[in-house]
Amino acid sequence: MPVTIIRRLLQSLLVLFVMSLLVFAGVYAIGNPVDILVSPQADQAEIARATAALGLDRPLAAQYWVFLRQAAAGDLGRSFAFNVPAIQLILERMPATLELAIAAMLIAVVLGIPLGLWAGLAPDSIAGRTIMTGSILGFSLPTFWVGLMLIMVFSVWLGWLPSSGRGPTVELLGVPVSFLSREGLAHLLLPAANLALFKLALVIRLTRAGTREALLQDYVRYARAKGLSETRVVGVHVLKNILIPVVTVVGLEFGSLIAFAVVTESVFSWPGMGKLLIESINMLDRPVIVAYLCIVVTLFTVINLAVDLAYSLLDPRVRLSDAAT
Amino acid sequence: MTREQAPLHPFRRIASDFAESRIALAGLALLGLIMAVALLAPLISPQNPYDLAQLDILDSRLPPLAQSDGGKTYWLGTDDQGRDMLSGIFYGLRISVAVGVASTLAALAIGLGFGLLAAYFGGWVDTLVMRIVDIQLSFPSILIALILLALLGQGLDKIIVALVAVQWAYYARTVRGAALVERRKEYMEAAAGLALSHARIVFRHLLPNCLPPLIVVATVQVAAAIALEATLSFLGLGLPITEPSLGLLIANGYTYMLSGKYWISFYPGVALLATIVSINLVADQLRDVLNPRLQK
Repeated sequence: MPVTIIRRLLQSLLVLFVMSLLVFAGVYAIGNPVDILVSPQADQAEIARATAALGLDRPLAAQYWVFLRQAAAGDLGRSFAFNVPAIQLILERMPATLELAIAAMLIAVVLGIPLGLWAGLAPDSIAGRTIMTGSILGFSLPTFWVGLMLIMVFSVWLGWLPSSGRGPTVELLGVPVSFLSREGLAHLLLPAANLALFKLALVIRLTRAGTREALLQDYVRYARAKGLSETRVVGVHVLKNILIPVVTVVGLEFGSLIAFAVVTESVFSWPGMGKLLIESINMLDRPVIVAYLCIVVTLFTVINLAVDLAYSLLDPRVRLSDAAT
Repeated sequence: MTREQAPLHPFRRIASDFAESRIALAGLALLGLIMAVALLAPLISPQNPYDLAQLDILDSRLPPLAQSDGGKTYWLGTDDQGRDMLSGIFYGLRISVAVGVASTLAALAIGLGFGLLAAYFGGWVDTLVMRIVDIQLSFPSILIALILLALLGQGLDKIIVALVAVQWAYYARTVRGAALVERRKEYMEAAAGLALSHARIVFRHLLPNCLPPLIVVATVQVAAAIALEATLSFLGLGLPITEPSLGLLIANGYTYMLSGKYWISFYPGVALLATIVSINLVADQLRDVLNPRLQK
């Protein structure tokens, strides 16, 4: 086990390094941020001074080396637009994104597993068919458009829920969160539901497929033959076995939720990292783009690792094969 | 041997198997309609939405079914510049479908090449290509597209590059999987035994037998590409305003949403949804029809 973890960590570091190299080189090519930051009336001397102050006059390799050394020390450069450390800017926005992603995942799991189980136990019933049709729709609906429609219905027509922003936040262990106040929860509901939609469809399909497969297995037939109650057969024998793929996918998909939050945050003006990324791309705020990508890649790596560990705890066979290598 | 016993031509069999699902046929019909609209947009649109001479600013933001002064009916209303939404959607479909199909074909060609290369030669080529594929697929496609567009900037060519970069890995993986299975079969051994050239073995023997799973993946990917392009254009990172795809039309209506003018965003979204759903329905049935394990 420790060997695997170390090997995987090394692999992840390599990915991170290649990523930073690509992103840095690429971002360097898209234009000169000085043009945007210095007023149009500025003369040559002022432009030169600003360029030097930002370190943009040095060769690319030197800029990257500085960037890499500082990155190792946790300093990913200062935002051109806000003149604060890029990493601080992103970390400030991170709780909002994480809260949104966690809320979406909770919605997907809490609704998805029971619905999937229902559809799997009664695949030919009207309820089962409706659930499946709904999940196909969930896959096909473009997230940003659904977000707009949710705003249309619940904010504009019904006036039940706010359409944008995060609402008042409450400090929880020093982290600002929305879900503890009524007002904040109301702000969270629409974006979280929007972000959850795709994953909800996924969890339903996974659970349904797993249930149908598990019902045909010998251990379920045996459990039934033993005279166990249906609740116990489904709740223990079926559910426990289908949880393995569901947990894996839910974990792996958490990273993609953070990536897709870019869209939902833009629709609902949710002040998270994703909205910051889009704003930074539009302003050519290089350090923030680079820092966002480095942080998200790191986050992905950690999530993948955590999922692997959770997986091996749930499924003893994974541990056995791991010990053999 | 009578005629009836002759095996059906593969295309005939696929067609008749496909027709067994009524919902898939409905999907195919819808898809056909959408493709026809996309192809014929300039001929069937009530107005050319990008010819400023045909626009009347006094007709802006009219609700669906409103009449213009000239007695024209705007079936789906108008946008902020007095454009007929229906015509705008027809033209938008044209752009969305073109971008989706073009990027899928390009990604298919590239992925196919790398996948076959990896499977046929194996060894370090295989390891290298597949490691890149693995790493790329461990990131969500939208993130990769965002990175590329942040680097490349806006434009029709840029978004196609981004969509190709996002998709090629799926084809490479699919083709390699199929090719590895095919490679062990006897006809491949026979072809090698005949001392045919690598190119002939790969393109005449290996490739045709790897196509079925690839067709399914390609169909699904067209829908994914259209959805991704719409999302990126909505975020302002995709197509420029001069190429108004469905995503841009929806983004355009975003501002008017809060004042209750739903139709500017709603109908382009319905068109987008119909396109994606019809493609997915067709792909679902193709998957079953082309799967040799499900053949009777």
